[in-house]
Amino acid sequence: MADVNRGHRPLSPHLQVYRPQINSVTSIFTRITGNALLVASLLIVWWFLAAATGPEYFAVADGVVTSWFGDLVMFGSLWAMWYHLLAGLRHLYWDSGRGFDLATSDKLAYGVIGGSLVLTLVSAIIV
Amino acid sequence: MVQFTLPKNSKIVTGKTWPKPEGATNVRKFSIYRWNEEDGKNPQLDTYFVDMDKCGPMILDALIKIKNEIDPTLTFRRSCREGICGSCAMNIDGINTLACIYGMDEIKGDVKIYPLPHMPVVRDLIPDLTHFYAQHASIMPWLETKTNRPAKEWKQSIEDRKKLDGLYECVMCASCSTSCPSYWWNGDRYLGPAALLHAYRWIIDSRDEATGERLDELEDPFKLYRCHTIMNCAKTCPKGLNPAEAIGAIKQMMVERTM
Repeated sequence: MADVNRGHRPLSPHLQVYRPQINSVTSIFTRITGNALLVASLLIVWWFLAAATGPEYFAVADGVVTSWFGDLVMFGSLWAMWYHLLAGLRHLYWDSGRGFDLATSDKLAYGVIGGSLVLTLVSAIIV
Repeated sequence: MVQFTLPKNSKIVTGKTWPKPEGATNVRKFSIYRWNEEDGKNPQLDTYFVDMDKCGPMILDALIKIKNEIDPTLTFRRSCREGICGSCAMNIDGINTLACIYGMDEIKGDVKIYPLPHMPVVRDLIPDLTHFYAQHASIMPWLETKTNRPAKEWKQSIEDRKKLDGLYECVMCASCSTSCPSYWWNGDRYLGPAALLHAYRWIIDSRDEATGERLDELEDPFKLYRCHTIMNCAKTCPKGLNPAEAIGAIKQMMVERTM
């Protein structure tokens, strides 16, 4: 492709000036929740590993996971899971060739946010 | 590659504040990105004040007024002033659009104008579009045929012609591609919404006979599949087109042809 590296030319501002919009914000949160869930799953793996290692070490890991901070992480992960799932369904709908018009895609975006909050509360109350 | 911050030579500093027009009562503030090669300085944000009682209604009217009456060194591209040439695409009030068809009344408060995002700057509001045009050329933006040339013309039914609506209107202003975060981070290899919309325009043309080759060309993790349906392209298109939908249609064809 064409050479655009003409030495000292500055790069025009991008993230610094581009207005965040519902479509782009819900998109980046799909990625953020996906990565956060990966980290949270490592925490759970560590918890299981500790259980397999022995009672003393499990007490340490269990202390972390069931502390107020652990609860916060788990509650956040619960929301992240619902959000990521609903956003994934939106992607499936797009993959079927539908939902691309701006009105529909924005409605789906609000649906993902609202739906994930409601489902998080419901599952937090039930569990 | 993802780099959230601007390189050192691209950081924007506060620039010059130009004097307010004398005797004007209805004044609007414009903050405009400035950079030129000769100074050897970083880009700066200059402040201008425009008398709205003596200015046309569009952003381009204000830019031309600034250039004519306040600062003749302000540099930008413009030509048709009616949204058909695509020259005056820039980042206005946080979105990419054409200055000539974007009304001043669509913006609340001060007006901020930058060049199209994440592009090398040639001067002030002028980005280097060389790579963008090369990507467009790479998708073979012409009718490819193999059968013998018909006596008169390549005919097309009304229904088949309708498939090109929403595609042929693109004026290649680059607003969509430069609004796309995927294009910001991977613009060297990802073709971007504009080139892909044009690719689809020829893929879906009933008269074109190179559909398979066109799809082969796009079957690439970067060229096509860096699109994550962020939808910034469709949101920002000054012509109201939907490149995301065209890209989605190409992805569907990729699946369908293997089934």
